[in-house]
Amino acid sequence: MSDLTAPGGPAPDLAGDRSYPGTLLVGCALTGVVVLLALVSFVWTPYDPGLIDGLHRLQGPSGEHLLGTDKFGRDELSRIMVGARTTVFVGVVAVGLSVLVGVPLGILGAMGPRWLGELVGRLGDLVLAFPALLLAIMLSAVYGGSTLTAMIAIGIAGIPTFARVTRSGALGVLRSDYVLAARSCGLSAPAIAVRHVLPNVSSLIIVQASVAFAMAILAEAALSFLGLGTPPDVPSWGRMLQESQELLFVAPRLAWVPGAAIALAVLGFNLLGDGLRDRLDPRLKERR
Amino acid sequence: MVGTVLRRLAVFVASLAVSTVVVFAFMVLLPGDPARVALGTDASDAAVDQLRHEFGLDRPLPVQYASWIGGLLTGRLGTSYVSGAQIGPQLADRLQVSLILVLASMVVAVVVAVPLGVWMAVRHRRPIGVVLSALAQLGVAVPAFLAGILLITIFAVRLGWLPANGWTPPAVDPVMFVRQLVLPALALGLVQGAVLTRYVRSAVLDVLREDYLRTARAKGLRPAQALWRHGLRNAAVPVVTVLGLQLATTLVGAVVVERVFVIPGLGSLLLDAVGNRDLLVVQDVVMVLVAAVLLVNLLVDVLYVVLDPRLRLGDA
Amino acid sequence: MSTVVDPVLRVRDLTIRTRSVELLRGVDLTIGRGERVGLIGESGSGKSITSLAIMGLLPDNVQATGSVRLGERELLGTPERELARVRGRDVAMVFQEPMTALNPTMRIGDQVAEAMLIHHTQPSRAAAADRAIELLEAVRLPDPKALVRAYPHQLSGGQRQRVVLAIALANDPALLICDEPTTALDVTVQQLVLDLLVRGVEERDAAMLFITHDLAVVANVCEQVAVMYGGRIVEAGPVNEVFRRPRHRYTQGLLAASDLAVDPHSGQLRAIAGSVPAAGRFPEGCVFRSRCWKATDQCRAEPPWTGAPHGPGYACWHPAQSEVIT
Repeated sequence: MSDLTAPGGPAPDLAGDRSYPGTLLVGCALTGVVVLLALVSFVWTPYDPGLIDGLHRLQGPSGEHLLGTDKFGRDELSRIMVGARTTVFVGVVAVGLSVLVGVPLGILGAMGPRWLGELVGRLGDLVLAFPALLLAIMLSAVYGGSTLTAMIAIGIAGIPTFARVTRSGALGVLRSDYVLAARSCGLSAPAIAVRHVLPNVSSLIIVQASVAFAMAILAEAALSFLGLGTPPDVPSWGRMLQESQELLFVAPRLAWVPGAAIALAVLGFNLLGDGLRDRLDPRLKERR
Repeated sequence: MVGTVLRRLAVFVASLAVSTVVVFAFMVLLPGDPARVALGTDASDAAVDQLRHEFGLDRPLPVQYASWIGGLLTGRLGTSYVSGAQIGPQLADRLQVSLILVLASMVVAVVVAVPLGVWMAVRHRRPIGVVLSALAQLGVAVPAFLAGILLITIFAVRLGWLPANGWTPPAVDPVMFVRQLVLPALALGLVQGAVLTRYVRSAVLDVLREDYLRTARAKGLRPAQALWRHGLRNAAVPVVTVLGLQLATTLVGAVVVERVFVIPGLGSLLLDAVGNRDLLVVQDVVMVLVAAVLLVNLLVDVLYVVLDPRLRLGDA
Repeated sequence: MSTVVDPVLRVRDLTIRTRSVELLRGVDLTIGRGERVGLIGESGSGKSITSLAIMGLLPDNVQATGSVRLGERELLGTPERELARVRGRDVAMVFQEPMTALNPTMRIGDQVAEAMLIHHTQPSRAAAADRAIELLEAVRLPDPKALVRAYPHQLSGGQRQRVVLAIALANDPALLICDEPTTALDVTVQQLVLDLLVRGVEERDAAMLFITHDLAVVANVCEQVAVMYGGRIVEAGPVNEVFRRPRHRYTQGLLAASDLAVDPHSGQLRAIAGSVPAAGRFPEGCVFRSRCWKATDQCRAEPPWTGAPHGPGYACWHPAQSEVIT
């Protein structure tokens, strides 16, 4: 097992801990709002998010500007909406990268020869020593910070977790009788992987994807906050937060608005993951 | 027990060795010439070559790697490509600042999470347990830098109780040191504490279901005594794992919080180096952080063996 | 069970219910000093909840009414703080699952000594540690001096169960409750553990409540037996009487299904038709009538207790004739 280099023996686990009712509903609602904001922003925003209006700088919330304006008089709500676009975009690409690389690696680690499983495990442990933020900083030191480097770094950092989740799930499936039956019928390894293993680990992957999405939002916000992510001309929640910092004594609202957006989006994806886990995890169904 | 620890130690050394290769390869093999980067695009080729020679960048890669590793082992980390200053002493100073911040915030996290998590587990069916669980969920969703900004708006801007940012070494002004440490340590610690609380709660809930806790009650221990004497050590095993992972996360998370609070730690050094395209400094700081993450993992492994006698025979 | 004047345990009309389901109804049990009583029934009949009620370890979400008296002391309704003082000193318990009953991170010796230190039955830590070695020796564990430094995972299931027994006997309890103590053990060590249990209570002249579904073990260990079904005691009496001349049809079925008795008519082992309903799904009237081959309309009414009040007897409208079936 690859557990030798991972800290501790059995992995810490929140899975046995059933979440409270309504978790899935609140999770769906919050993530739904984020995705909806992002989609609507393509068609309509209250104002042009880049529109500078010197007459209406640093205004509080009003009927005209629901969330107020920033130091350039730009409409906060419009910027939050377009920022949601960045958030969702980075999340989808980063998590997509993690899934596309991590899941096949995990299945390969489970179905391939022993040494391959070992190798996948060890590589995962190595990558885990490089957190997303550190990877992104290294990348941007060489290439300069951009949305692309942020997405790649977050995606790479997420690969080992997906590989691990998939591998342990796949190992369970491979031990089952129906796989044995399929094998004895002469079904090839790739066919078993596609027909039996993937469908059975898909719920684990979906749950992990939701949690990884939350992590990606956090990482993207941190990188934009540091100026290593999204470029200045594209609205993003992390950058809005950074711009608010010099005005904390004047307009703390400018920090609270994007801050709340980040926290609620992350909360939404975390709750969605918890709720889906309860709904999809067969282990929990047996227990109760 | 010694065998297990030695084996983990071997794994640590091997991981560290591979990481040095990864970091080195990352910084050297990727396109982009550090000398060119340091001098800017409009520098003459001759000047760039001159600088490359000065930094030893014209040597074969294995030689460069060997001299970098030699420097890391002996503490001579070389000179910055940009400022020409010695990296070693500067890095040591910054590391000290970061460590103080990280340790202070871990103390905050543990002090918040352990009692709260235990309490939430014991009360998990009561309304207060549900409310606290929801709050912990919200806490997990707040990144440390955001927590930092929110704390500044409350305690520095609105209430004016604490300075908004800055750093004073404890030797210079102990009172100011503490006053400036409180908010960043809270920002990092409360967020980690929220994560930890959930794991403590879950671990204690698991332990509460165990048969040996019923045995302890049957012996005549009251519920709280039984949990304290028999439950907590068992619950500590998974919690220590999470704590280790968090310590690693916090080391890196400190990078951002240092920027929020203008603290001259490792994170500011790293970010300034990235801004200045000072690749050797980036390489060294990243290596220190990665080594610290690996070291924490090693310590967790060892602590794990100490806590759980079942792992001591090396048969785990 | 009948003639006990000064009982160690006296349970009267014990009824336990959750918000929606009745788990136990009108249970009476009396155990005298030095007496060993078996409580038998299939799983789901309410045996374990009875033992937890006597130990005062019922979960928060159930309510108990009636009376549970240990010696002179009423346990039902007693605050937890006082109950804790009784538990482990006057009444002790051996559980079913030895593999998980011991704390994996605590040394064996400390776990045994703790039982005495909690109740201050030994003057010092050192005295408790010495006594722990004696207790481990008494349950015939090899090399007890070395064993006190071992952790549970280093012991086999049978050895762990003997440690649990040593803990239970540490304070010379007046009542020892054993909940299926040998079910999880290898057949080869079951008899050894049973012998140790009996010897342990005999030496102390303690009372024993032995819960099991294994009739042979009850015949082997106990003098009195109570048969439980659907949260009620359906028949009680001396083992000899009840096992040789069962009156309640459920007892008869249990005996027929065990290898203690062979159906005189067919000469074959027979099982009771159907399975135990879930809690709360037992029929009104006689709880056994949904599985009983003698049930009539009369069984819709609750059968009264026939025999001595709180003593030997049965609750059945159509009891078997008192013929000897072996």
